[in-house]
Amino acid sequence: MNRSLLFVSVLVIATCGLVYELIASTLASYLLGDSVTQFSTVIGVYLFAMGVGSWLSRFVERGLAQRFVEVELAVALVGGGCAPLLFASFTFTDAFRVVLYGSVLVVGTLVGLEIPLLLRILKDQVRFKELVSQVLTFDYLGALAASLLFPLLLVPRLGLVRTSLLFGLLNAAVGLWSTWLLAPVLPAVERLRVKAVVVVAVLLVGFGYADRMTAWSEEGVYPDEVVFARSSPYQRIVMTRGARGFSLFLNGNLQFTSVDEYRYHEALVHPAFLRAGSVRRVLVLGGGDGLAVREALRYPEVERVTLVDLDAAITSLATGYVELAELNGDSLKDARVEVRNEDALRFLAEDTGLYDVVLVDFPDPNNFSLGKLYTTRFYGLLKKRLAPDGVAVIQSTSPLFARRSYWCVDTTLKAAGFWTEPYHALVPSFGEWGFILAAHTERPHVRELPQGLRFLSRELLPTLTLFPADMSPLPAEVNRLNNQVLVHYYEEEWRRWN
Amino acid sequence: MATVELSLTRRELIASVLGAAVAQSACKDTQPRSPVPGAIVDRAVHAGHALREGSLPLHTGPFRSVDVAIVGAGVAGLSAAWRLAAAGVQDVVVCELEAHEGGTARGGRNHVGAFPWGAHYLPTPLHDTGPVMRLLHELGAVEGVDARGRPHFAEHVLISEPEERLFFKGAWYEGLYLRAGASAEDLAQLARFESRMAAFAAARDARGRKAFAVPVAHSSDDGEWTALDLLTMAQWMAQAGFTSRRLQWLVDYACRDDFGTTPESTSAWAGVWYFAARQEGAGGRAEGYLSWPEGNARLVAQLARSVTPRQWLRSTLVHTLEPMDGGCRVHAVDTATGAPVGLMARQVVFCGPRFVAARVLAPWRKAPPAWLSAFTYAPWVVANLTVSAPPQGRGFPLAWDNVLHESRSLGYVVAGHQEERQARNGTCVLTWYYPFADTDPRAGRTRMLSAGYEEWEALVMADLLRPHPELAHTAERLEVMRWGHAMVRPTPGLLWGEARRAAQASVGAVHFAHTDLGGIALFEEANHFGVRAAESALADLGRKVESWL
Repeated sequence: MNRSLLFVSVLVIATCGLVYELIASTLASYLLGDSVTQFSTVIGVYLFAMGVGSWLSRFVERGLAQRFVEVELAVALVGGGCAPLLFASFTFTDAFRVVLYGSVLVVGTLVGLEIPLLLRILKDQVRFKELVSQVLTFDYLGALAASLLFPLLLVPRLGLVRTSLLFGLLNAAVGLWSTWLLAPVLPAVERLRVKAVVVVAVLLVGFGYADRMTAWSEEGVYPDEVVFARSSPYQRIVMTRGARGFSLFLNGNLQFTSVDEYRYHEALVHPAFLRAGSVRRVLVLGGGDGLAVREALRYPEVERVTLVDLDAAITSLATGYVELAELNGDSLKDARVEVRNEDALRFLAEDTGLYDVVLVDFPDPNNFSLGKLYTTRFYGLLKKRLAPDGVAVIQSTSPLFARRSYWCVDTTLKAAGFWTEPYHALVPSFGEWGFILAAHTERPHVRELPQGLRFLSRELLPTLTLFPADMSPLPAEVNRLNNQVLVHYYEEEWRRWN
Repeated sequence: MATVELSLTRRELIASVLGAAVAQSACKDTQPRSPVPGAIVDRAVHAGHALREGSLPLHTGPFRSVDVAIVGAGVAGLSAAWRLAAAGVQDVVVCELEAHEGGTARGGRNHVGAFPWGAHYLPTPLHDTGPVMRLLHELGAVEGVDARGRPHFAEHVLISEPEERLFFKGAWYEGLYLRAGASAEDLAQLARFESRMAAFAAARDARGRKAFAVPVAHSSDDGEWTALDLLTMAQWMAQAGFTSRRLQWLVDYACRDDFGTTPESTSAWAGVWYFAARQEGAGGRAEGYLSWPEGNARLVAQLARSVTPRQWLRSTLVHTLEPMDGGCRVHAVDTATGAPVGLMARQVVFCGPRFVAARVLAPWRKAPPAWLSAFTYAPWVVANLTVSAPPQGRGFPLAWDNVLHESRSLGYVVAGHQEERQARNGTCVLTWYYPFADTDPRAGRTRMLSAGYEEWEALVMADLLRPHPELAHTAERLEVMRWGHAMVRPTPGLLWGEARRAAQASVGAVHFAHTDLGGIALFEEANHFGVRAAESALADLGRKVESWL
């Protein structure tokens, strides 16, 4: 029996063991947020499970070598499969935590069995003093290797799914290799080798499909760390945190980044307020993050803000998620604000009130459900709710990246009988972004900008309505419920940039 | 819970009804599944058959006197009632066999929302004239009329995009014509076919009538085009060199969808009419289709507003019409109590199909009219499946009409598509349509009625599980309606032959209205003949009215 090769095995399995633990912790904090809690609980459960494994090792009486190989193969399968399994359980089931701690327990127990079994296999061939010293040395060396490789090389280069499968393969390789190393003390070598080959094959197939599995999961979709994720009946809500502050994504589409959202929301809100005859009654459609409402509340004349956002999950995030509530200045808790979780089209069709300012802040029209909210039907209903001297503003995607889409919104507003004024602003997280003012007739400026703005100024305003040649008007069809041309334009135009 | 296993006979049933492709994938699906709970909901079959046996006793009197008795409260009967109400005739009785009006344009409702049981859309009329436009104005579906007299419809009643998608070999594609993988020759034939149809649409006769118009009665009777009625659509396609399989599929689908027939059994005039009647030609086209969650039941409800509660005689089977001097005796039974009902009507508007008219009208019972055998009717099955989540599938997203290329069914419509609510992961109702187009109608009827709920459940689910395996878990309830004589079949010779013309003639005080008099089972035909029969009755009552037609 080649002892030094066995010690290399110890190094490998120790590395694998720690990698699984890191994968589970990272994945949990990636998907659930609150990384301190996730790392702490996962590591605690894992170490406890290793203790359980060590204790259980006493019940293994005979066939130590065979049991060792089998444990290796089991670790390979469960540990190697843990990242895809956890991602899948997060995406497709409601039992993510059960699967998380269950798999941590299983992997930890199996890893806990490894070293005691190995020590007992080797105890007759190596003096105890040497044995303990060597095995534990390699064990801790492996841990060091894992903790350095994981953040520096594995996660950035391979991602979690591939890392998990790769270390499963290493574990399986140790199992297979051990059938030679331990051949003298193994009874049924052939059968064990077959099992090992099957495990290797399963993991290799998994490795081949790793891209597809990653696409299912959200790994790789977001540039920063995920700190909040939830599926509402309408959409997938994800918040991430990175160097540029935190960001909100709906169905994978960026809604704002805290570092420059003020540019977007000041540009969205204030030009409409400057021109509205009165600003007592404000209607916000979409914009459940409360950031547009924050801007609206800068005007002391505002008496009532009605926020209509379909998704209660977003509006409760805006009040309940501390950093977002800080960012929106707790706007949705203001006594003047009423939050209604309803479909905006329904609301407009059934509501009877008139509004002085209407802020329309929907996600971009990237599917037919959203496309409905940019049709003449929608704008026709909107027009009925707009006070005679009222002003509405529509976030209208990027006039640079989706030029025809942007001008399609303008054409559609005009077809619905609105006077319009298109304008744009640079929001670095998004790029050049477009808005369109809409009113019954042309409206002059009747109000001053509020104090404390960081982006807009009286001098800047006229420049926003200048469109360079690459964003200038394009002819477009009118977007109607029964043609939904905007969704087609949008899809075609954004495809070119992605 | 019992599980569904595919016996050999069930496979044969699926193959014979839906085609080999559906049966094959149903067999591949080895996972036993729980059957979807539900029921067959048609009920009037027995009452109708009592009529055939002629065993119902004549009423002996006294007879309630009425100005006009309308027999049948489908679209034709209600259109007649609507026309009479507009003329101020109040002494009217509307007899309907079923407990609810609507006939094949009936709708239903459950905890999810409304859904159709039959006809479920109306192509937009080209001009702001005629009774259908009058009805659409009443309904508030028209927003305005342009300088050329073309109506503009309210956006929310026009069918929203995405309108249609097609399932082929595992993925969904936009539209009804399978463009994916089409050869240059396929596309050239499609373009040539479309330009032929545009030419037919633009064609006018010497009197300025459109060659192919809605309703059929407004079409030109010039032999240049009516000669097409002697050919089948399949023969015309062959003569014109339309050999592309994709184009042939489209035409086959069109025939099954609008007529319940195949191109081999459809008049070429009717086949061309499908493509040419809805457009002006030379660029002008209709705005699209109007639809509501409950389908044409919305139009039925609007028409039915003209019938007062006192005018209704629901659950009433009219079995004998006895024309006599001064009017017509109407003999009926209350199907709930079996009690006889008798009316002495100055005028009768009979709104059932020809084969029922031949059994009900006393003189025809003894000597059936010569034209009777010219009228044949396709059986249809309509099923409403409530599901806990909207079906999706690979490719183009869920549309209003979702068609399965490799199946003989017509696919399904999402009943709530027109609801103005953002799609969410909630329950919805899918309305599945199947015409017995491939068999002789009588054989189809026998097969349809001999299959009970279990067989229909197996058929509907075999068809829908192919594109949507998740329905095994999300299907909540299935209801099946079997229509024995759903649609008149525009077979060669029916539209421009002698039979249809002869069948339109009134017999004494009895006037007739039904889609079969138009030869095409569409709302516009039923409405046209209902209004026409009411106007004939009005004339016979001595009322002078200006025609709406």
